[in-house]
Amino acid sequence: MQRSPAATSRTVKLAAIGTAGGIFSGLLGVGGGSVIVPLLIIWLGYGAREATGTSMMAIVVIAAVAVTLQAFYGNVDPPNAALVGVPAIAGAFAGTALQQHIPERLIAVLFAVLLVLVAIELIVP
Amino acid sequence: MSEIAAALLGFAGGMVGGLLGVGGGILFVPALVIFMDESQVSAEATSLLAIVPVAIVAVWRQLGYGNVRVRDGLVIGALSPVGVAIGVVTSNEISQRALELIFAGLALVIATQLLLRALRPADRPSD
Repeated sequence: MQRSPAATSRTVKLAAIGTAGGIFSGLLGVGGGSVIVPLLIIWLGYGAREATGTSMMAIVVIAAVAVTLQAFYGNVDPPNAALVGVPAIAGAFAGTALQQHIPERLIAVLFAVLLVLVAIELIVP
Repeated sequence: MSEIAAALLGFAGGMVGGLLGVGGGILFVPALVIFMDESQVSAEATSLLAIVPVAIVAVWRQLGYGNVRVRDGLVIGALSPVGVAIGVVTSNEISQRALELIFAGLALVIATQLLLRALRPADRPSD
């Protein structure tokens, strides 16, 4: 087995995924998850549930760094963030609970739909 | 009224986020632009602040379900600031429109790959 090259390749892929997620987040303000989840599935063979859980772990770090940078530019509106963020916490409970009851393939298909919506949002001026 | 609409979109964003492992910005940003009159740039920044608690809650729940590879997530997260810096610098150098179109194309390619994987027979080992 080519254990060492495989391990190296895996770390390189994780690094590439992290960088790509960060670029996406820094450029477009959409969390890096839309990049991280599919790349974990396609490159590293993750199951869809594991990919989403692991992506969220990375997003905690990514969003914290990105919002700190944005705060220096005075672009962050905390009251508005609370207005959408507090209900979103309840949504996150519901979403993660729901996810445990649907097949992994459906999660992947829903994710593909999300990506198409992201593409449309980017293309439409 | 617009506050209620923004809050509802916030809930939906958190739900999509928890379900699909994304922060929810895809709904937070339009909610802030349309209902709270934020500029696109400000909405994206504000959205990032809303994403932090969503991601923390989702990780906490997913840890309980056994769906988090902590080390991999931390490696990705730790290296992402490099990407964020590249992204912030790049966004000041290249036209935003070009970036949007490049990422849109990328999103469609990835969506196609995900669908192809999801639709292929289950009993076949990965190639």
